[in-house]
Amino acid sequence: MLEIRNLHVQIEDKKILNGLNLTVHKGEVAAIMGPNGSGKSTLSYVIAGKEDYEVLDGEILLDGENILEMEADARAAAGVFLAFQYPLEIPGVATMTFLKAAMNAQRKARGEEELATTDFMKRVRAGAEKLGIPQDMLKRGLNVGFSGGEKKRMEILQMALLEPRFCILDETDSGLDIDALKVVSDGVNALRSPDRAFLVITHYQRLLNYIVPDTVHVMAHGKVVKSGGKELALELEANGYADYKTLAA
Amino acid sequence: MTDITPIRTPAESAILSRFPEVKASLPGTSAVATLREQAFGRFQETGLPHRRIEKWKYTDLRALMREAAPIAAVPTEADLAIAKALLAGLPDFGAANVTVVNGRFAPSLSDLGALPAGVSVVDLGEALGSGHPLVVERMGRAAAADDAALSLNAAFVAGGAILTVAPGTAVERPIALRFVTVGNASAVYPRALIEIGKGASVTLIETHLSADGVAHQANEVVEIFAGDATTVDHIRINAHGDAAVDVSSLGVVLGGEANLRTFNFVTNPAAARHQVFFRFAGEHSTATVSGASLLKGKRHADTTLFVDHAVENCASREMFAHVLDGQATGVFQGMILVRPEAQKTDGKMMSRAVLLSDDATMNNKPELEIYADDVACGHGATVGALDEDLLFYLRARGLPKAEAEALMLAAFVGEALESIGHDGVRETLEGLVEAWLKAR
Repeated sequence: MLEIRNLHVQIEDKKILNGLNLTVHKGEVAAIMGPNGSGKSTLSYVIAGKEDYEVLDGEILLDGENILEMEADARAAAGVFLAFQYPLEIPGVATMTFLKAAMNAQRKARGEEELATTDFMKRVRAGAEKLGIPQDMLKRGLNVGFSGGEKKRMEILQMALLEPRFCILDETDSGLDIDALKVVSDGVNALRSPDRAFLVITHYQRLLNYIVPDTVHVMAHGKVVKSGGKELALELEANGYADYKTLAA
Repeated sequence: MTDITPIRTPAESAILSRFPEVKASLPGTSAVATLREQAFGRFQETGLPHRRIEKWKYTDLRALMREAAPIAAVPTEADLAIAKALLAGLPDFGAANVTVVNGRFAPSLSDLGALPAGVSVVDLGEALGSGHPLVVERMGRAAAADDAALSLNAAFVAGGAILTVAPGTAVERPIALRFVTVGNASAVYPRALIEIGKGASVTLIETHLSADGVAHQANEVVEIFAGDATTVDHIRINAHGDAAVDVSSLGVVLGGEANLRTFNFVTNPAAARHQVFFRFAGEHSTATVSGASLLKGKRHADTTLFVDHAVENCASREMFAHVLDGQATGVFQGMILVRPEAQKTDGKMMSRAVLLSDDATMNNKPELEIYADDVACGHGATVGALDEDLLFYLRARGLPKAEAEALMLAAFVGEALESIGHDGVRETLEGLVEAWLKAR
């Protein structure tokens, strides 16, 4: 589903990704682990289409199509979703308004009909209920005054409503207590399907107890330095990242 | 000693030579004629304001008015028909209408027979001639600064309306004061005197309208005298045409335990200056002075406030939003004066601007002058571009750039619109903002 070939990326003359290769198959949950500064978040932003990053070389193929030339909104409509590490607050934009605008913009880009209001409301209510999001939160400004856990739940709600085919979770576990982590993980697990792939970025193994990956990739110095099964995460938990810091250097 | 002859611009010379020619034809008792002469005398001294006059630093009227447009003639039937057609383009507020065309009261375009109980309207042109008590007691007392625009209006005013709301009346239906300018490029000097009796409440929608492409020069003065325990929601919509230069002055004197909100909305005229002179005359009152300017092309809009806390225990909130695109210029000058006797004053003034292009300009000048020692006052001003990270967040959810920007800008302006009390008017303005953003 997603194939990254020889990706070189810099920001403000600082090289972050150095020839990264990664393949995630349909239906797969791939975990990316690595020490701070290894380029994990950069990878997520570059896939989602943030403009600050300069791609020097390489390709990102989504089902065979190079998405690097596409704007962020076109990538979203094509099925890429990034759950942000730090979801942003947008005062004055009611969550409901935002959700409707996003869903309809993607439908429009794909040449589909806009959602009828009743259909939209039904979907949002059902999705919010599953994630324990109270209705009054949906009327407030997007993420304004939400706790860390509420923001992360809101990201998963957006993911559920937008039905992307490729989901990136950027440090979704950061700032979550164990209860919130469980709710969010359940939300993600409910979306696992043979047609959808996930890239789960995390610093700690803890999240992977709840969202069990099919593959684990270790990043260091801007590339994938080791890949394996879920047991690789446990190994990292036991030994730390020290070996990898030297390995790539 | 040599006499100094000031250098006059062609526009100033034309205005100066015009007054002696027209003054006999302008309505008014001898007392009004004296007021005109005095006002004209003040204008003779100052001329048109320019950038070396501090209060007009960012809006150089001398440069904006290269020539003085001729004074608008009394509207003909044909003019009134054109005005009617223009008015049909305004949003329907379900209001009772009071209309002024080319600076004169237009009864045929006003709902005089259908005014809400307790509301009365008088032709200001007639009132000037008959020595109406409100003219004698009130005219020039709310908008009472030493200001060239005020002087010009006082000298040349030909008409307008007097509106009174009887004490204790809760007027449900909004009253729409509509100023229309039609015909060739002309100068208009309308004025409205509004008196709101003790304990009354009313929503006033003031609109200014002219056709695109005509370089009208409008100079309007609206004075509101709101008594004790009144509740007033005043919304001004500047819908002048895209070649018009519009200078407006709002004077407010607010009684005790009263609540007045005034909102100014500008999108279209080539150049607009809205000056507000607000005076608290009674304690425990609240004023909200706010507005939004959405400007593109080479448009220019200036809001200049003078809020006078002359008594104790009053609160004022000033909140202005500018969205500036193209080569547009926004100006905000806000002065809050807290006099020595105005203890327990609570004043907060905020001006925020978003620049959507490298060539747009915002000039912010908030000022506080505080002579009392037990007050809570603050001001702030921000100017910036739209937040790139927020834009990316919205775009990563599938919103195209223009749509993401529109959503953020609507929210930005929406914060200022919140201060409008009347739901229907606020929703109409939200629609106008949306339309502006869509057409960007």
